[in-house]
Amino acid sequence: MSTLVVLPILFPLIGVVINAFLGKRLGEKVVGALATLMCSAAFVVALMLFSQVSVSKEHAIHAEFGTWIGVGKLNVPFGFLVDSLSSALMLIITGVGALIHLYSIGYIHGDPRANRYFVYLNLFVASMLVLVMGSNYLLMFVGWELVGLCSYLLIGFWFDKVKNAEAARKAFVVNRIGDVGFILGIMLIFVTFGTLNYHDIFAVVGDHKTAALALAGDPVAPAVLSAITLLLFIGAMGKSAQLPLFVWLPDAMAGPTPASALIHAATMVTAGIYMIVRSNALFHVAADTSNFVALIGALTAFIAGSIALRQFDIKKVLAYSTVSQLGFMIAAAGLGAYTASIFHLMTHAFFKALLFLAAGSVIHGMEHYSHAHHSAQHIDPQDMRNMGGLRGKMPVTFWAFIIGGLSLAGLPPFSGFWSKDEIIVAALHNPLVFALLACTAVFTAFYTGRQLVMVFFGSARSKDASHAEESGMAMKLPLIVLSVLALIGGGLNLPGSMWLEHWLEPVVGVHEGGFNLPIAALFSALALVALAAAWVMYRDGKRDTSLTPQLSSVSSFLNKAWQIDALYRAAIIMPFYALSSFLARVFDLGGIDGAVNGIGTLTKGIAAALRPLQSGFVRSYGLVMIVGVVALMAWLVINTR
Amino acid sequence: MYIYSLMLSLITFIPVIGALLIILLSKQLSRTIALVASLASFVVALLVLNSFNNAQAGFQFVEVAPWIPQFGISYKLGVDGISLWLMMLTVFIFPIAIWASSGAIQHDQKIYYALVLLMETATLGVFLSLDMFLFYVFWEFALVPMYFIIGLWGGQRRIYASLKFFIYTMAGSVLMLIAILVMGVQGQTFDYEALVKQGLHSANMSLFLAFAIAFAIKVPMFPFHSWLPDAHVEAPTPGSVILAAVLLKMGSYGLIRFNLALFPQASQQFAPVMIMLAVVGILYGAIVAFAQSDMKKLIAYSSVSHMGYIILGIFSMNELGVQGAILQMINHGLSTGGLFLVVGYIYERMHTREMGKMGGLWAKMPVYGTVALLFVLSSVGLPALNGFVGEFVILQGAFQRNPLWTGLATIGMVLGAVYLLTMYQKVFLGKGKDEAVDDHGHHRQVASASHGLLDLNWRELASAIPLIVFCFYIGLASTPFFNAMSASVGKLLK
Repeated sequence: MSTLVVLPILFPLIGVVINAFLGKRLGEKVVGALATLMCSAAFVVALMLFSQVSVSKEHAIHAEFGTWIGVGKLNVPFGFLVDSLSSALMLIITGVGALIHLYSIGYIHGDPRANRYFVYLNLFVASMLVLVMGSNYLLMFVGWELVGLCSYLLIGFWFDKVKNAEAARKAFVVNRIGDVGFILGIMLIFVTFGTLNYHDIFAVVGDHKTAALALAGDPVAPAVLSAITLLLFIGAMGKSAQLPLFVWLPDAMAGPTPASALIHAATMVTAGIYMIVRSNALFHVAADTSNFVALIGALTAFIAGSIALRQFDIKKVLAYSTVSQLGFMIAAAGLGAYTASIFHLMTHAFFKALLFLAAGSVIHGMEHYSHAHHSAQHIDPQDMRNMGGLRGKMPVTFWAFIIGGLSLAGLPPFSGFWSKDEIIVAALHNPLVFALLACTAVFTAFYTGRQLVMVFFGSARSKDASHAEESGMAMKLPLIVLSVLALIGGGLNLPGSMWLEHWLEPVVGVHEGGFNLPIAALFSALALVALAAAWVMYRDGKRDTSLTPQLSSVSSFLNKAWQIDALYRAAIIMPFYALSSFLARVFDLGGIDGAVNGIGTLTKGIAAALRPLQSGFVRSYGLVMIVGVVALMAWLVINTR
Repeated sequence: MYIYSLMLSLITFIPVIGALLIILLSKQLSRTIALVASLASFVVALLVLNSFNNAQAGFQFVEVAPWIPQFGISYKLGVDGISLWLMMLTVFIFPIAIWASSGAIQHDQKIYYALVLLMETATLGVFLSLDMFLFYVFWEFALVPMYFIIGLWGGQRRIYASLKFFIYTMAGSVLMLIAILVMGVQGQTFDYEALVKQGLHSANMSLFLAFAIAFAIKVPMFPFHSWLPDAHVEAPTPGSVILAAVLLKMGSYGLIRFNLALFPQASQQFAPVMIMLAVVGILYGAIVAFAQSDMKKLIAYSSVSHMGYIILGIFSMNELGVQGAILQMINHGLSTGGLFLVVGYIYERMHTREMGKMGGLWAKMPVYGTVALLFVLSSVGLPALNGFVGEFVILQGAFQRNPLWTGLATIGMVLGAVYLLTMYQKVFLGKGKDEAVDDHGHHRQVASASHGLLDLNWRELASAIPLIVFCFYIGLASTPFFNAMSASVGKLLK
């Protein structure tokens, strides 16, 4: 049983090794097929583990494979934990992962570095599995960093363009800022609990009730728990793109679209949610941190949602929408609605991966014309202003986008409706969070409607759009499967059955997530109104040019993402450049090295002045040296007494 | 078995025999002899490693012979869990550096290879000596070959750099010599173990400082670091590899071996200052590294930053801190040694180290780009590679002692990613500076230094692969390394 646990990680790793060393010889087709096969094999094993967890008594499988780090009291094993939470996420990672691998075969076809792409994708799946399967915080951190590396490599996949390389580096560095918080949190956990294993830590925190906890007689102060959870959450801010660290995710769209779907929508970016839910025992007793988490989540949802209203790049809309939806999940986790948070994570994985893949299909279709005609005229194939009327030319993509979009907008009976509704119900007791999330829900429906209309309806606004063609089977099949999942995914936690809630109970405890009919009805109505408004406004495809001055300045503010990048540039990046340059060129060369060389010059000067004393007799030099040494020794001897 | 009791002397002096042979035999054989001698030393060291007893806290394989008995000076070597890995690092790095010398060293090969071997003996002597006087002899002697290697095979400002290196380190060592003499005279012996046992100077601040300054210059710790960028920039590639991977470790090793062991109370008193300097060094080195345009200078300053972590660990003065510091010395040797190799490969092709003249190399040289990325990631501290383990254990140890300064030190993790990935981007990503985009959007090759670059050949790969293997090995299975050092470190901190 325990060897089974390691297989989901091992399969993609085998793919990494074979494709990395033999990829050139095997050729693009074999590489893609092998990578997809390995990810699918991991999915099959994940299914087997899932069924084992469901029948096992403690709803968990533990496995350990030796020690990773063992120094003094610090003992970190290669320990894995497959329980209801991790097994569910494993299915998402490997399942959606396999679909995206399949899609990629069609998408990346013809790229000279295709084999490298599949190496990264397989490595990502393995790393993400380490993240959710590790049984201690340090292994979570390992996965956390390795998925960050894969993200870096995939964002910068087409690194010949400096812009892409910049985006990759930005993602890595901004994530590292969060990681500092995470690693400090881990250190504080070790100092406090003497272990990093989930099981031992949560056992001490106990039954979620008392804030003053006892560990070997020493109470764990509530302030320490607040500090631990806050530090961990800083990590989540980076990886799950929350305020103020969300700025890397929109730029991350520079990578290939299927990678965006897998990493920057469905899985990696939800690592922060996984971390909080995994640590729910800690967050539950740290009420002040949890409130903070809820607020940050709601603010992020609101701000990113507002930015998405005014984006023109088809992927940028989805990127900000992802940030916004992650805000929903984070807010839910902060509100203690852990099941709702994971529920939304799962439905979002379906519908947002679907939307990204559909967007990739659109971009692919848009590129058809310029590829076929070697057109010198370059229009941006991702700019929605160049699209329009694609409905008839790309029917499968169109229907996929509709299903994904309506799910995102929160219309019943699509999956997103059910999960979002649970979060909004959970926010009822926190007016500020509720208000922010409610506004965001309206934004969401509106920008989704705007996107659907601009891309698929009206008439084609460029030659590329009028000559667009539907994508091939390898790309269509995943769209169809994900469409089905986005359609029925709500069934995971339907009111009445509440399957997911019962499934996660061993990890998160019971949380009576109610279905609130008035709320559901109200938000469905709001979503419909927002969609209708978008239809009216964008139907003719010209609305964006006729804004009033006031509105257009707001529009530009939103389009520039609240100027947050510019703010960081002015407040952090430029001062850092200046400091670095000052320290390197003035302080280090002039000050420190200058002092050293100055002493050297001074010595030379003294030597020149003393030149008359230079007798040329080695004996006299020796004498002087001895005198000096003796004097110093005398000083030391006196000092040591 | 008599030979068994001479193992450490064999390891230390086999290179000298090699150096003698090189001088006696023909020039064509020098590199081969140097390789064979350093590998022979490596093999004997493997035997020592194999029969090393992890449970024993004290010294093993001890050899003693009287040298100047009237002053209590003897020839005494021994190895414990602290010096074991530094010995292994030394015998591991030297063959690689010698292997990598063929391109960089174009004249006077005979003297060069002889000097490298002499340097190996000196550094091994530093790590294995158990007599303070003997230690000092090796310590000073280690300066000489490096002085000549920079001065004879270095770049344009080699004379300036080598003199600065020599005088700066020498000046630092004078005080240490006096301190050693004082201790020897007062204790009536120069035997290290005896002096530790006497414990006469445990709280002596002046003696602590006399040693600490010598070591701080060697490490180098902020603000004594300014010789390092000059030395690295001017040194030939293998010289930089040895300097970064092995010579700097003499300083950090000395702090553990002598300052912590001989002056434990003074160490406790000075620990806050040392921790502060270490953290300032971590941040300062990283910020200054970011502003560099010369790859070697950038890596030199990154060493100042990375060595800061090691000092931080040492003066945390607890199990995790010190063990992490020892492991990190090995890690820094592997990753920074690797980075200097990486710079060497491109310098031999493009004859420049200016990052502004590079770009897009990953596309032209895919293997090279991957090798460089691995060393960069190891240096950044990516988990699954070696750097992370050392860094985390150090920080965890430091956190127990001083959470605030440790918090500041972790900012170095961000800065490390900033300057190293910026370097990687400038050199390997984007477009080459020789590629211009013409009016029709087509790429056009322009003749320049990076035209027609060849990817790494098997010789170059052979120098990088052993380092990469150990980067992964330590990253995934650090326990054997910690196990061997824990008894000795435990005894030291008692």
